[in-house]
Amino acid sequence: MTGPTKLLFDTVWKSFGDRDVLTGLDLAVAEHEVVCLIGASGSGKSTLLRCANLLEPIDDGRILLDDEDISEPGLDENRIRRRLGIVFQSYNLFPHRDVLANVTLGPRRALRVGRSEAIERADELLARFGLADKRHAYPDQLSGGQQQRVAIVRALAMGPELMLLDEITSALDPELVGEVLDVVAELKDGGMTMLIATHEMAFAREIADRVCFLDGGRILEAGPPEQLLDEPGHARTQRFLDRVRRHRPA
Amino acid sequence: MSDAPPVRPAGPTRRARAERAQRRRATLIAGASTLVVGTVLVALVASAPGWDEVRESFFSRADFTAAWSDIAPAFWLNVRVFLTAEAFILVFALLLALARSSRSPVLFPLRVLAAVYVDLLRGIPVLLVLFLLGFGVPALRLEGVPNDPVFWATVALVMSYSAYVSEVYRAGIDSVHESQRAAARSLGLTSAQAMGYVVLPQAVRRVIPPLLNDFIALQKETALVGVLGPIEAARQAQIYSSREFNFTSYVAAAVLFLIVTIPLTRLTDWLLSRQRARVSGGRLA
Repeated sequence: MTGPTKLLFDTVWKSFGDRDVLTGLDLAVAEHEVVCLIGASGSGKSTLLRCANLLEPIDDGRILLDDEDISEPGLDENRIRRRLGIVFQSYNLFPHRDVLANVTLGPRRALRVGRSEAIERADELLARFGLADKRHAYPDQLSGGQQQRVAIVRALAMGPELMLLDEITSALDPELVGEVLDVVAELKDGGMTMLIATHEMAFAREIADRVCFLDGGRILEAGPPEQLLDEPGHARTQRFLDRVRRHRPA
Repeated sequence: MSDAPPVRPAGPTRRARAERAQRRRATLIAGASTLVVGTVLVALVASAPGWDEVRESFFSRADFTAAWSDIAPAFWLNVRVFLTAEAFILVFALLLALARSSRSPVLFPLRVLAAVYVDLLRGIPVLLVLFLLGFGVPALRLEGVPNDPVFWATVALVMSYSAYVSEVYRAGIDSVHESQRAAARSLGLTSAQAMGYVVLPQAVRRVIPPLLNDFIALQKETALVGVLGPIEAARQAQIYSSREFNFTSYVAAAVLFLIVTIPLTRLTDWLLSRQRARVSGGRLA
């Protein structure tokens, strides 16, 4: 199922001011692998994803994409970002453009794809994710679930080699979570490599090849979902899972 | 309990009836209060000892007509200066704002220059800028540099107002949430593309009402052009009044300015209220 290492975090350090967020973190994501990151708020899940997308520079260590050091200062960030798709918790669609323009902006301006080709590709993706009738809608006319699906399509339109999903269901009403997670499941079926920060333990169990528990800025424990979620080897992991399950059984 | 869908009782709802009654009462009170205030004001002015002379020297019908035919053509100069200055201000101020918002180290000198420029020009009264440029530059007698006072007056207005308007643009740029930039950059757009396609369009939309507000002020400031010599509306009004010993010409000039500024003011208010409705309705465009 999984192949060679696609993305590698090698002793990554990152701090904001004097607060250390990532403390020598190591993580390897193999090609076609789906890795879920769980952990308390502030444990560094989002920061990790933002660092991978070069939205945040790391302080020390290396991040490799296909053996290329993408954390090298002075590297062409735009070229790397075009290969990694990221979806945010708060959708971050462009409110002044309709769905089609949101989806085609990246391919047209960053990849210099022609207008008709970009539209054709966008329509294909929108249709695939049940959004064909929304192509001329503006973000504020869509439900949260639809907006998040558009955000996923927008990232996919760049033809990324890897997707980074940052708590993409956390801002959604409970009844809208399912439609977004279905999209992610479909991406997994298509063989997409994904690194997913999530609070949805049931979802992590269903979709992840591997679950990593982040604690204090590094990965305390990792393993297949059944093992990590049911028989964690670490007391801290157990405590975290107990806290989460008090509200949401999984 | 029955399975039939609930049926709303016929006729206006209790709330609609209450609101209608309240509206009627509010209109009545507003009308009565306006009537009282209006009557008191008219009585006060008309009973003033000097009212008859004031009416003759400020509100003379004959003088109004005569002054109007003098001033209206002169007002055309105000309109021309206003329109020309506005076009240049929109562009120049945007360049200033972009220079100040840039983060590239290469553009550091430009950023400092823009900041100094804005600080200086916001600190000097427009009238002084007008004098300095209008009298100073032509006095240099440089080859090929125009010495037309209208030209320099327009330049002075552009320089002064661009400093203010650039701050309006900048506030708009700052008001677009950082996450929009991040989303654009995450698609591999360059910093300039993110600004041009994502941040700026949203910023400009948000600052249209305050921009219009500055243009209403600019429209009035065109009266300053007269201090360099050109005969614009206010200057023409002054000439009329000193010739005929009657101040009605000033009222005529004021009416001309109002004809332009009131529609602009209304438009600004309308845009603002529409924006407010959008924001409170969840539409944050």
